[in-house]
Amino acid sequence: MSDKRITASIVGGAGFAGGELLRLLLFHPNVEIKQATSERLAGKFVHKTHPNLRGWTKLKFSSRSELEPCDVLFLCLPHGESSKDVDFFMEKAERIVDLSADFRLNDADEYARHYGAPHPRPELLERFVYGVPELHRDETREAKLVSSAGCNATATILGLYPLFREGLIETDRTVAEAKVGSSEGGATPNDHSHHPIRSGSVRSYAPAGHRHVAEMRQELGGKNFALHFSATSLDMIRGALVTAHAFLKEPLEEKDVWKLYRNYYGDEPFVRIVKERDGAYRLPEPKLLAGTNFCDVGFQRAPDSNRLVVVSAIDNLMKGAAGQAVQAFNLMHGLPETSGLEFPGLHPV
Amino acid sequence: MAVCPVCDAEVELGVDAEQGELIECPECGTELEVTGVDPFELSEAPQEEEDWGE
Repeated sequence: MSDKRITASIVGGAGFAGGELLRLLLFHPNVEIKQATSERLAGKFVHKTHPNLRGWTKLKFSSRSELEPCDVLFLCLPHGESSKDVDFFMEKAERIVDLSADFRLNDADEYARHYGAPHPRPELLERFVYGVPELHRDETREAKLVSSAGCNATATILGLYPLFREGLIETDRTVAEAKVGSSEGGATPNDHSHHPIRSGSVRSYAPAGHRHVAEMRQELGGKNFALHFSATSLDMIRGALVTAHAFLKEPLEEKDVWKLYRNYYGDEPFVRIVKERDGAYRLPEPKLLAGTNFCDVGFQRAPDSNRLVVVSAIDNLMKGAAGQAVQAFNLMHGLPETSGLEFPGLHPV
Repeated sequence: MAVCPVCDAEVELGVDAEQGELIECPECGTELEVTGVDPFELSEAPQEEEDWGE
């Protein structure tokens, strides 16, 4: 790799994921940020929207129509917009990391079933690599196009992947419940996000029918198994905690599960096995992961049944969005996977 | 070197480790007791359980 910096632009830079990308890429040793777009805020300093960046950049938002060629584009757009303008984006950059759900599914029929409309560019689906690098590291290294995974999907998939991959659990009754922070809802306010409504609430916003179940199923086992998923928003800003109940086919002991997870994740830079016998943080806790790219995974075997409870936690804006996108970017450019992502988190927080 | 009886991690012991000594597994954090030194053997030391929701 030469000393020449990789030029990157962020399309949709005013949202929360865009802001996190700006924060990460400003301190990335191999990146020069060229542009960040926002139609609403074009011409305004980015630090007016992302005040944590005050003093670190004089960059102003551009309009998408002013987008210049660069090495890589990060797309942080609302549902449907990446696929609508994908040709325009592919003209501007050789490599693209899309943070939306537009290109996450390999199967156009599955897309239509879960998103309620035919995919506008089905011929491109197979060209996008699904952006959980722990599952697709070699493909990501070769990829020009990456579709970064969703936050709930990332936590759920990484929690359950070793069990599904090894065929150790029953395929028809795994239940996962995600507890998530308000930033998953994005930067655009709505009736539900008004402070008197939102504050203190525990809101079951998707007890069933969450669209991102499709990508979880795709990555975990395909169409031939059922994953039952619910999501609840809590009174926190960042973080997602997934508690999954899986049922073991064989009577594995906890020590066997330790071996399994260590085998899959022991060398992973961003997946940690968190399972301790005592202390305040015996299992994954999203609070500790704020600003980090970690996914912490823990588990507990029920003593009176074949149920295995798997707990996984992430910062939804990092491992669930911007951090994971930078992780993929690093792989795509032959850089150390952890570049720009070394922050270990805060404690106490 | 010994193996944690809880998580199967390799646990490094000093050459001067003694029978009855308490150590902590670096991976699962379990408090372990050295129950043998030639070869090294570890057992789980008694733990306090946390119980909420009474």
